[in-house]
Amino acid sequence: MSNNNVSYNEQVSLESGVDAAQENSSIPASVSGGLFSADYKKNEDLKEMLESNKDSQKLEAMKRIVGLIAKGKNASELFPAVVKNVASKNIELKKLVYVYLVRYAEEQQDLALLSISTFQRALKDPNQLIRASALRVLSSIRVPIIVPIMMLSIKEASTDLSPYVRKTAAHAIQKLYSLDPDQKEHLIEVIEKLLKDKSTLVAGSVVMAFEEVCPERIDLIHKNYRKLCNLLVDVEEWGQVVIIHMLTRYARTQFVSPWREDAVFDENSEKAFYDSEEERKVEQVKPYIMDPDHRLLLRNTKPLFQSRNTAVVMAVSQLYWHLAPKHELNIITKSLVRLLRSHREVQFIVLQNIATMSIQRKGMFEPFMKSFYVRSTDATHIKILKLEILTNLANEANISTILREFQTYVKSQDKAFAAATIQAIGRCATDISEVTDTCLNGLVLLLSNRDETVVAESVVVIKKLLQTQPSQHSDIIKHMAKLFDNITVSMARASILWLMGEYCEHVPKIAPDVLRKMAKTFTSEEDIVKLQTVNLAAKLYLTNSKQTKLLTQYILNLGKYDQNYDIRDRTRFIRQLIVPNEKSGALSKYARRILMAPKPAPVLQSAFKDRDRFQLGTLSHTLNSQAIGYLELSDWPAVAPDQSVRIVEVVEPVKETGAPVHGKSKPGKSSEKFYSDSEEEEEEEEEGSSSEDSSSSSEESESESESEENSDDSNKSSSSQSDSEKKKKTLKNKKLQQQKPDGKDRKQKNGNAVKGESRSESESASESSSSESSSESGSELDSDSDSDSGTDQKKNTRSKPVQSTLVTKVEKKEVSLLDLDDFSPAAVPSPKSSILSPSLLSDLQGLSISPTQSALQASSPVFVPETSHELLHRMTGKGLSAQYRFTRQPCIYGNSMVSLQLTLSNSSDQALENIHISEKSSTGQNIHRFNAIERLEPQASVTVSMGVDFNDSTQAANFQLCTKEDEFSVSIQPAVGELLLPITVSEADFSKEQGKLLGMNESSATITMTPENVSSQSVNRKVVSVANLGVIPSSQENIHRFAGKTVSSGCLVLVSVALKDPDAVITINTERTVMGSMLLRQLKTALTNSDP
Amino acid sequence: MIHSLFLVNASGDIFLEKHWKSVVSRSVCDYFFEALERATEPENVPPVIPTPHHFLINVLRHRIYFVAVIQSEVPPLFVIEFLHRVVDTFQDYFGVCTEAAIKDNVVVVYELLEEMLDNGFPLATESNILKELIKPPTILRTVVNTITGSTNVGEQLPTGQLSVVPWRRTGVKYTNNEAYFDVVEEIDAIIDKSGSTITAEIQGVIDACVKLTGMPDLTLSFMNPRLLDDVSFHPCVRFKRWEAERILSFIPPDGNFRLLSYHVSSQNLVAIPVYVKHNISFREGSSQGRFELTLGPKQTMGKAVESVLVSSQLPRGVLNASLSPSQGTYTFDPVTKLLSWDVGKINPQKLPSLKGSVSLQTGASKPDENPTINIQFKIQQLAISGLKVNRLDMYGEKYKPFKGIKYMTKAGKFQVRT
Repeated sequence: MSNNNVSYNEQVSLESGVDAAQENSSIPASVSGGLFSADYKKNEDLKEMLESNKDSQKLEAMKRIVGLIAKGKNASELFPAVVKNVASKNIELKKLVYVYLVRYAEEQQDLALLSISTFQRALKDPNQLIRASALRVLSSIRVPIIVPIMMLSIKEASTDLSPYVRKTAAHAIQKLYSLDPDQKEHLIEVIEKLLKDKSTLVAGSVVMAFEEVCPERIDLIHKNYRKLCNLLVDVEEWGQVVIIHMLTRYARTQFVSPWREDAVFDENSEKAFYDSEEERKVEQVKPYIMDPDHRLLLRNTKPLFQSRNTAVVMAVSQLYWHLAPKHELNIITKSLVRLLRSHREVQFIVLQNIATMSIQRKGMFEPFMKSFYVRSTDATHIKILKLEILTNLANEANISTILREFQTYVKSQDKAFAAATIQAIGRCATDISEVTDTCLNGLVLLLSNRDETVVAESVVVIKKLLQTQPSQHSDIIKHMAKLFDNITVSMARASILWLMGEYCEHVPKIAPDVLRKMAKTFTSEEDIVKLQTVNLAAKLYLTNSKQTKLLTQYILNLGKYDQNYDIRDRTRFIRQLIVPNEKSGALSKYARRILMAPKPAPVLQSAFKDRDRFQLGTLSHTLNSQAIGYLELSDWPAVAPDQSVRIVEVVEPVKETGAPVHGKSKPGKSSEKFYSDSEEEEEEEEEGSSSEDSSSSSEESESESESEENSDDSNKSSSSQSDSEKKKKTLKNKKLQQQKPDGKDRKQKNGNAVKGESRSESESASESSSSESSSESGSELDSDSDSDSGTDQKKNTRSKPVQSTLVTKVEKKEVSLLDLDDFSPAAVPSPKSSILSPSLLSDLQGLSISPTQSALQASSPVFVPETSHELLHRMTGKGLSAQYRFTRQPCIYGNSMVSLQLTLSNSSDQALENIHISEKSSTGQNIHRFNAIERLEPQASVTVSMGVDFNDSTQAANFQLCTKEDEFSVSIQPAVGELLLPITVSEADFSKEQGKLLGMNESSATITMTPENVSSQSVNRKVVSVANLGVIPSSQENIHRFAGKTVSSGCLVLVSVALKDPDAVITINTERTVMGSMLLRQLKTALTNSDP
Repeated sequence: MIHSLFLVNASGDIFLEKHWKSVVSRSVCDYFFEALERATEPENVPPVIPTPHHFLINVLRHRIYFVAVIQSEVPPLFVIEFLHRVVDTFQDYFGVCTEAAIKDNVVVVYELLEEMLDNGFPLATESNILKELIKPPTILRTVVNTITGSTNVGEQLPTGQLSVVPWRRTGVKYTNNEAYFDVVEEIDAIIDKSGSTITAEIQGVIDACVKLTGMPDLTLSFMNPRLLDDVSFHPCVRFKRWEAERILSFIPPDGNFRLLSYHVSSQNLVAIPVYVKHNISFREGSSQGRFELTLGPKQTMGKAVESVLVSSQLPRGVLNASLSPSQGTYTFDPVTKLLSWDVGKINPQKLPSLKGSVSLQTGASKPDENPTINIQFKIQQLAISGLKVNRLDMYGEKYKPFKGIKYMTKAGKFQVRT
């Protein structure tokens, strides 16, 4: 069907005439007459317009052509004229030409080839929008000859710097696949590559391509599983739907069932009232430990229940339905019920899914029963679905309410609905034995209804009910016989007669009487009634021939001369069958068995009973038949496949330095800050380092923290586990130091969170919009910091570094406190936004966007000193005291600034107002001031962040710190080590760069090391505490290398320490010789000092 | 995913088609027309129609059917939600979404559809991204374009497309910075014959109109956030912040948007602001029926009930109605049997009533059921659930915005059974 051409007549004739039209214009006119020639003329002037030199003329022509396409008219003979304009400069014209090309290229393949070179050129355009749209059109024109070109372009675009172009490439994959399925293998390679992409923009599209091209290659997902889970919240909504469906399938193949092992899914319908306690008990007996990855998926999808997109909510609901432990299912209910407020079509789909769910688990939706009450304004199919659900929800407790509601429905003017209600009543009656009689009586009353459908339906339902237990209900049959005279609807009369006949043994006295009455009115009855009368007569004759023989003969005689041939026919047949005579064959012996055969009782059950064989939320489920391309949801595996396949190797070179690795592995977490807040992020970061920290006890921490741990952390803990033992020690040591400042920061943030209103939120948010990258992630530290530090909590964290296991525990507690558990950072280097301060932008460009990694990468600091320096003493500051410290994070205010954290405390007994930095003050340095603090209460303190551009000199920054009343001159004197930012380079690059910075750019000194300083970790520690440098992994044990760049100018600063027992040579290579020598002096002091 | 889209008007003509993959013949719509014929009401067309080779998923909005053609398995809600987005976008661009508006702007429609889907998969559905790609038509721009030959089509990739705040573009500037929030609550209720409430729920939304310069970061807090039982957010709202503190913290999109929709927990009793006294009766054998309605306010917290509109679908056997309203006007459509009474404001001193008789078709039997009465009303300055916004703060920008919050209560699906 995909190559279906236009098939409406007029156009086909027109189209067939196209080629000819170019040679001989008289032919088409003769082919299709007047109407066509008018069209033809019109197209002729469009052609003229397209050939003019004015863009506006061409544009007008193209707009009219698009109008034709939209109406479904054929404009294909304009192809040559249109395709010429493909290279137009006018962007709107070009777009319209693209629209045209995509529509007709398939039909005019040769001519379409003319445009290909234009697209190939455009694929190299510096503007990403143009590159992307060129690829879009190129892949959309469905001309098989260009498959190789497409393949090439897709491959190229999949490594494009712009995530937007890569997204387009992911879309192109599907198009190429549908054009030429032979390319599958190559396309899978591209998909594999794109799956690794960390951009949220690409994720949805590539998973879509995966689903279309190679859904069976589940192995491609393993390595990306955790990433996808973490990215999910930030992916655009359509991508979320696709990813969730894919992950549902994935999880079904990879994890073991969280449901009780002895109960298969379907069997749960009997024990509909699950209570979570029971569940828990069972779990105690058979401990089931959920795979942390399974939990990760559930946790990360949970916030999506709140999405405004109904498709997303439905997708998450089905994910929970198919994957979550039973006792967690209740979360689905509210969200689905909420969707019922949406459009009619949405209601329809949601109700269908609820219907399927409610069969298996009544308890879930029972509290919301009233939401399914029918309104007279609902569309019929909605009403019927609601009815279905209400019936499913019925139980002993609520049946009276439901039946009362049904009574209203039965009277509805919508007769199809009324009939459905009667059937529903019938189902309730069979399901709940307590109300069977009530229902039957109610239904009998309905027999006197005037509406034919209602009566017919009631009789049918009564008939069904009676068939299941006829013996107990002879009185109902009697009652129906009594009502018989009043019932006018022929269908109902016929049904009653059938019932009489069928159960004549239960009503031996009444049945003949009914027959007598019928014999009286036979001639005036409707046809179906007559037929049933004949039937009744026959049955009575067989069972009670003594009383009814004459009656039967009379009726058969009447029937014999009836106008209707059916009745004559039936009469003749019955007579032969029941009345014994010499001619009758063997058949009459079996008359009784033929007529009185026990008929199977019809089963009353929901139409949604077996719907659950399809995955909820799918088209197949809606239609209750398998649609093309439906992917079966597999059963849970009995034994979980290897979990380790999902572990992602951390490729960063700096494995041994805890913090940088750490920061790196979650690049772009800031992008997800839209949902989280920075405090949590900080938390995560901390948590990560602590779980790493406890790598010696990592097994324990892993299992314990299954709910908190994010994927990256667990990777790391396992990877560091595999690291050599001695490294671990180094690590640990280092981490102990890091913990302190980290912890403190976080505390401040917690305080912040509690205080709520402080200015910092605005900042964290504005900065959160600024997205991405590892080095960035640190910066929220500063931005956030004008909060009060919660003093009591501080103690708590201080104790942390003491023991690693303890840390983990503390961590855990806090985590639950902040309700972190459904959140973990996403590893997204999300694309840059222009909200980002422009200076930072250029800096980050290389980091996050390009898949080809640049040699130099900024990394987060290895060590952040905790020491703060006094800025203003409380005595001189009249109660206001200020301390600053260097956070060593890239500054968010400008990338040539050093970020500082200022803690202001009020030790006076009055509140200080309007604390700010004076505008006029600064001495040449560019200072980013913190926003004025409106009021600082006595004994309170607040932490704010600011940025200072020291311009790579250690000259002090002087400025005025002002309160409402006073001004204090203060100055900040940076140590040379604080003017650096750490970077990571490979060892080879380090040597290369070092080679370029020789001669006067190199300064070195030999020192004598004290014995306790010789160990590698103490050297590392000393160097990074003096200067903000990154540690470069070294292959030689006695040489330690560090790299950084100056904050303002970005010059490289390379430090190497070569140990030659007992001496050590410190070498510093940098263009900034002054800084080099100052740094050298400080390092010398630090390394010769013996104190720890 | 979505193969093609056909737009069908009320009279069953296809007036626009768009294909994202190979062309699908419009004859596929015959299956749709069949279903349309079978349906008694326009709303009764099933949303999903299977055909031998395709699946048709349709939505009905503004009396236009948007019929999407699908070839393989896809979550149906995905398509339905998308189609509704398309309608919303058209409405946003052209003010109304009618056949005429779509035909007049067919080029913009085509450009939009081209941007919204690529190969059947949604590409850009955020209105601010689309507006940067394709500028909405205005009279002024049309004039300028015809003179200067400039276009409606943006040349750069919209900034939002790549940012982490795709819903907001950068460089927004206003001279008057203002942020308005409308808290609108709707009461869905079914009242039975005797006037007791069978079911009543409150659903609310907060619609915002934010025109603020730069990149403001807003927080909105409630006096009583516990009232909100189930919420769904615009993607801009930080979910964690809500979870932890019950505060809405967000960088708003530019212009109009729906910030939040919520459901008020069912534990709270819902105040029903109006009552109806009715006496509708048909006698067996008589061709006349009595019809009396009286409306009155209750539990309105002292606010006036306005814009009251009563409508009722009378039984099919009714021929005509001769009624006299004490205020407002009423109409009765003898074809659709729809009675509607535009009451206006309810005056508690003089309750509005509608009295008179209805005539039945001769020979028609007495209707089984009395008609259901649907009521619409509005109450200004009241959120019936008692929800109150505590404060709205802005961070990240220096200016002082003008802030406004409005409350309103409306009837949602408010039905009285008689």
